[in-house]
Amino acid sequence: MSKRSDPRLIERVLRGEHAAASRALSLVIDEAPEADALSKAFFPKSGSAQKIGVCGPPGAGKSSLTSRLVAHYRKQKLKIGILAVDPSSPISGGAFLGDRLRIQEHAMDPGVFIRSLANRGMIGGVSYTIFGAMHVLEAWGCDKIIVETVGTGQDEVEIGKVADTIVYVTTPSMGDEIQAMKAGVMEIGDIFVVNKSDLHGSDKALSDLRSAMSLGRTHEAKPWEPPVLGTSALTGKGVDELGKALDDHWTHLKKSEEGRRRLREQHKEELSLYISRRVYRSALDKISDRNLDDLVEHKIDPASLGTKILKK
Amino acid sequence: MESKPFRVLIAKPGLDGHDRGAKVIVRALRDAGFEVIYTGIRQTPEMIAQTALQEDVDAVGLSLLSGAHMTLFPQITKLLKDRGLKDVLVFGGGIIPDEDVAKLKKKGIDQVFGPGTPLTTIVDYLNSRLPSVKKK
Ligand SMILES: Nc1nc2c(ncn2[C@@H]2O[C@H](COP(=O)(O)OP(=O)(O)OP(=O)(O)O)[C@@H](O)[C@H]2O)c(=O)[nH]1
Ligand SMILES: [Mg+2]
Repeated sequence: MSKRSDPRLIERVLRGEHAAASRALSLVIDEAPEADALSKAFFPKSGSAQKIGVCGPPGAGKSSLTSRLVAHYRKQKLKIGILAVDPSSPISGGAFLGDRLRIQEHAMDPGVFIRSLANRGMIGGVSYTIFGAMHVLEAWGCDKIIVETVGTGQDEVEIGKVADTIVYVTTPSMGDEIQAMKAGVMEIGDIFVVNKSDLHGSDKALSDLRSAMSLGRTHEAKPWEPPVLGTSALTGKGVDELGKALDDHWTHLKKSEEGRRRLREQHKEELSLYISRRVYRSALDKISDRNLDDLVEHKIDPASLGTKILKK
Repeated sequence: MESKPFRVLIAKPGLDGHDRGAKVIVRALRDAGFEVIYTGIRQTPEMIAQTALQEDVDAVGLSLLSGAHMTLFPQITKLLKDRGLKDVLVFGGGIIPDEDVAKLKKKGIDQVFGPGTPLTTIVDYLNSRLPSVKKK
């Protein structure tokens, strides 16, 4: 416990120390006893940074594009945090956290903090602790927080409950994937990107995606129509336009009711996850050997016992 | 509470350009239940130390095919210490003569694995060493 508990940790995070932010991130991600106190101290800063979710199928170029975006923001002297989430192996519990490889050129930049996370078996591609992690980065002083998650199906809808702006990344060669794109993705994406536009077929992919988008469009004009952009993380083409679209969306959120609505959704998700984890854990801790024997001996049934334990 | 997986950074300092060996270790460690961060080839000692700090890893594995281990490895352990990362386990792999191994161990490299070391040896080493170094 020695180095884990530092009475000045909060202050050091707020001052922008890398080592302190790293320590605080570990404490919240590992759900250490100190995590609640950190959450409380950092919460006043929440909502200050634009939280950008970058999602899309494996290999679409999410990390490469993130790296380009970081360079774009750094030219404006903005402070950037990156949380790169990869799945844990359900069998071993281990994980290969490979996103950093493509963002590593920013490793030595004092205005950038990169942390790789394994989802540790939590569904939806992001884990509960992502909220705490983002609070740490907000307190550390980030202007933008980029969360990268992989996903192709419905599951990345979860990222919509975590981030303010969702960028959905696909590529020209994923035409079939665009066709089959689930309604959920269409709805959560605030900005759609066809990356690798240096490759053959990008014009077709762009127009396919645009027409797919307009199919689902209702007649009345919406306050935000998700743009469909072409980028190349390889050449850097389209990155400034993506940065501009991200700024526009952030402005839209701030000016409209939508920003407040999303914040409420995020807080609701964080709160309900907090409650369910607390209740779940404390209830499970109350199960005794005696309880299990009682079940084996049919002295009580699981539903009645469960109800009793929850009331304790 | 369930125990959290240990986090390991596998890094390739120096100038040699291929990383097949490092990738094999990355996969073996993932399959053994570690969270493994891999940052690619040609990492400077500063990048390795800064990555270890931001990722809050429990161990750093350095893979180096030839040559510069006597300068690079001690530089990395020093930079880790400078950043306050005192209980990060540092181990290395590569073609390293016995007399160098002894010197490296004095400089804070905990263990050195020669070419052809079975992957299970490395996994067993981490599983036995890490819990005593980090009291999680
Ligand atoms: N030609 C081309 N290749 C790209 C582009 N962006 C990324 N790539 C390549 O595509 C591959 C995957 O890139 P990543 O950035 O790792 O993709 P990702 O979506 O983060 O991948 P995962 O995190 O594994 O899902 C790499 O080999 C990149 O070099 C691009 O714009 N053009
Ligand atoms: Mg990636």
